[in-house]
Amino acid sequence: MAALAGGMPMPALAANLVTERDESELKWDKAACRFCGTGCSVMVATKENRVVATHGDIKAEVNRGLNCVKGYFLSKIMYGHDRLTQPMLRKTAGKYDKNGEFTPVSWDEAFDIMAEKFKAALKRRGPSGIGMFGSGQWTIWEGYAALKLMKAGFRSNNLDPNARHCMASAAVGFMRTFGIDEPMGCYDDIEATDAFVLWGSNMAEMHPILWTRVADRRLSASHVRVAVLSTFENRSFDLADIGMVFKPQTDLYILNAIANHIIRTGRVNKDFVAAHTLFKRGQTDIGYGLRPEHPLQKKATGAANANDSTDIGFDEYAKFVADYTLEKAAEMSGVPLNRLEALAELYADPKIKVVSFWTMGFNQHTRGVWCNNLVYNIHLLTGKISEPGNSPFSLTGQPSACGTAREVGTFSHRLPADMVVTNKAHRDKAEQIWKLPEGTIPDKPGYHAVLQNRMLKDGLLNAYWVQVNNNLQAGANSTEETYLGYRNPENFIVVSDAYPSVTALAADLVLPTAMWVEKEGAYGNAERRTQFWHQMVTAPGEARSDLWQLMEFSKRFKMEEVWPEELLAKKPEYRGKTLFDVLYRNGEVDKYPLSDIEAGYLNDESKAFGFYVHKGLFEEYAGFGRGHGHDLAPFDSYHRERGLRWPVVNGQETRWRFREGSDPYVKQGAGVQFYGFPDGKARIFALPYEPPAESPDSEYPFWLSTGRVLEHWHSGTMTRRVPELFKAFPEAVCFMHPDDAAELKLRRGDEVKVQSRRGYIRTRIETRGRNKTPRGLVFVPWFDEAQLINKVTLDATDPISLQTDYKKCAVRIERV
Amino acid sequence: MIGKAAILLFSIALASGSLQAQTLTSGLRGATPLDQEGPAAPMTPMRNTSEREIRNYPEQPPVIPHSIDGYQIDINGNKCLSCHARARIAESLAPMVSITHFMDRDGQFLASVSPRRFFCTECHVPQNVVTPPVSNDFVDIDTLLSRAAPGGRR
Repeated sequence: MAALAGGMPMPALAANLVTERDESELKWDKAACRFCGTGCSVMVATKENRVVATHGDIKAEVNRGLNCVKGYFLSKIMYGHDRLTQPMLRKTAGKYDKNGEFTPVSWDEAFDIMAEKFKAALKRRGPSGIGMFGSGQWTIWEGYAALKLMKAGFRSNNLDPNARHCMASAAVGFMRTFGIDEPMGCYDDIEATDAFVLWGSNMAEMHPILWTRVADRRLSASHVRVAVLSTFENRSFDLADIGMVFKPQTDLYILNAIANHIIRTGRVNKDFVAAHTLFKRGQTDIGYGLRPEHPLQKKATGAANANDSTDIGFDEYAKFVADYTLEKAAEMSGVPLNRLEALAELYADPKIKVVSFWTMGFNQHTRGVWCNNLVYNIHLLTGKISEPGNSPFSLTGQPSACGTAREVGTFSHRLPADMVVTNKAHRDKAEQIWKLPEGTIPDKPGYHAVLQNRMLKDGLLNAYWVQVNNNLQAGANSTEETYLGYRNPENFIVVSDAYPSVTALAADLVLPTAMWVEKEGAYGNAERRTQFWHQMVTAPGEARSDLWQLMEFSKRFKMEEVWPEELLAKKPEYRGKTLFDVLYRNGEVDKYPLSDIEAGYLNDESKAFGFYVHKGLFEEYAGFGRGHGHDLAPFDSYHRERGLRWPVVNGQETRWRFREGSDPYVKQGAGVQFYGFPDGKARIFALPYEPPAESPDSEYPFWLSTGRVLEHWHSGTMTRRVPELFKAFPEAVCFMHPDDAAELKLRRGDEVKVQSRRGYIRTRIETRGRNKTPRGLVFVPWFDEAQLINKVTLDATDPISLQTDYKKCAVRIERV
Repeated sequence: MIGKAAILLFSIALASGSLQAQTLTSGLRGATPLDQEGPAAPMTPMRNTSEREIRNYPEQPPVIPHSIDGYQIDINGNKCLSCHARARIAESLAPMVSITHFMDRDGQFLASVSPRRFFCTECHVPQNVVTPPVSNDFVDIDTLLSRAAPGGRR
């Protein structure tokens, strides 16, 4: 009727149904889900340059047609009413002013002021004066373009991703135990195993589609067991045969006690251990990654060499863990002894195949690297590793924490394919691939995530670019560090985002950004699966992708402005050129013509630069890993496949690494080979229990743990703009035990202050619902930008991975 | 009310058209400055009716129009199926779980709901009675097909 009234021709119809094919046909394309590290494939329907529907991809091995509630609402994430559509600069009377009002400006004006501020910071302090904070939600080529711009172009290692908050302990755990990053197994382990153990991973909410596979396995096969460990009871306990709520930090104790139980009951797989492992004693008393003047840091004798270890033998290791009995673990952790025994037997019994899953409970932990090492110990002692169903499996938080942050190496110490800036041979290799003179890449790690905030506050990091993250909401101790750093008059802060996040509101320049299927993308999930998608729609207004922003900005810098004369003298042909010419118009990145773009797809960046940007960046990047255990397939194949798990050698993906017959890198006849180390052996670490950085006391009597909820992704900037998801979990609450609430004379729904030594939020008490906390612990999710819980948390980190512990600090709860 | 809204819209259009200063705000945070913390919004009740909500697209899992407080969905049982199971809907008048839910990972139909679909709340969520502070401009396919200008807002 509306169409008739408007005088429009009606589509061909059979009564009340659109039947004409060109009207009713939708264009369906695959994309990786925008949210967690599971890496579901999604089918996206477009019509007239808009996304009109999404559903789970039935052809995808990961999710076989399913999505979680967030994934099913992907159709709406780009259409929040307040999308940013033009650059906004703080101005007073027409000029940039740190305390001015946000004013729309052109891209030219935005890049002008930005270049001026970056050049001033470079002049004032050299490469240490600028920095960038990126993301495990960057596409692979965005992360790679940023890495080149920062480390090769600006010669600054002050580049870190928000994946530092999320996966750093897992990555360092892999490097310490195996010498190579990322899981050896894959999701196929789920259907092949007899037992699941969740160590600080609430998969039911955080990896919903993997949870559907775990539930399928558990409920389909009655012998399968599920053990769940957490510091509070969450939805994953709904499937648990063995549910265990332990006191924070005592996971270290439980892990060692299981190893001890395996040894004491004579179930060590001696042949495996002799052939494939070595023993190490790790440095102890390593501190808490706090500012150096903090009393806890001053006191820590091992802080300076936290990552050190010494060789020991099996007997010494066995003696070390002998103190860790299940009885003592039960006493320390508060978990009943019979449950710990049942848990230990899942590992010790040679007939049971076991998968261990973990995420932030291990990784966001001041001894997170140790937790990772300790769980590998158990799998290595029993040889339950690298084969179907036997799998220590570090789950990833973000959609491309593996693909972009870890594999591309956008950390302050890393380069692509597990290489590091501190290794001369690694720098040489990168400089050779990038056609740069020797000595271009600086040899010292730059500022990592937490240090970036401290340096901003101290006024030593003065020009700063944030992309695809919301660190004012996500970074710990934002009262004392982050906020003051962003608003420090010495600093110029640029935030690229699709929506006005709190981080954008705290910035000086906000750049409107294209998101998800508004650009061609690639993500790498937790099982080493690399997935591509095409650009399907155009971004609104003047919004541009992060990739376009990075590359376009690089045109503003002449080589003479960023490189010293002695470096330029080694490559005189670079004189007079721009960073864009040297980094992206280098004969490699610009090698592929626009005609290589698959017919029928948009590609705004390539159109802007005149060559197939994504293909060029990907192929140059893939050169780092091919032949070195990180092989990626040819670019075009990923547009056809539902992802491939690297190493992809001769067109074949690898499901179980380190296992002969599955992994082409294992020498014939070796059976198992942990080739990350030249000696082919994995490391078993002797590491003790050490206390957390801050524990409850009489003044601050509660543990505070933070985390996510199913319905919201991270800081909620996308999901809280989807009305159905907003209404499903509108505001953050403080989950509390009903007896604790009663003792404080509080009832469900009462308003309280959650107060720490650093800051507070106001929220409401929840004594029911999905999370059942034990007495003495409260849980507050961090998705709600009206309740910035990271004003309250402590910026203590694991001293080796430099990842923040968001699960443990002390608070008091006061009625408002 | 309508007049007010129109004036507001008009002034926003003017402001953005003439590159005037305009403050960037977050409807989700509200007016509280970043270095302060405002009062917590009151808890809202769950919508609790039997009236279904229309879906944004056919593939969308329907939201749950009623409260599910205290529903057991765990290894010992699934309360939702006591009304939504195939055999129960005549009595309960509730919608039957979709036939897709009987399919295993390989698309084969099982005798009952697949265990991979056991935890209903992974996809179906109840709704609080609350107005989201930021609206969404998603346009559904029927509206799009009947529209004059292709591309809508863009």
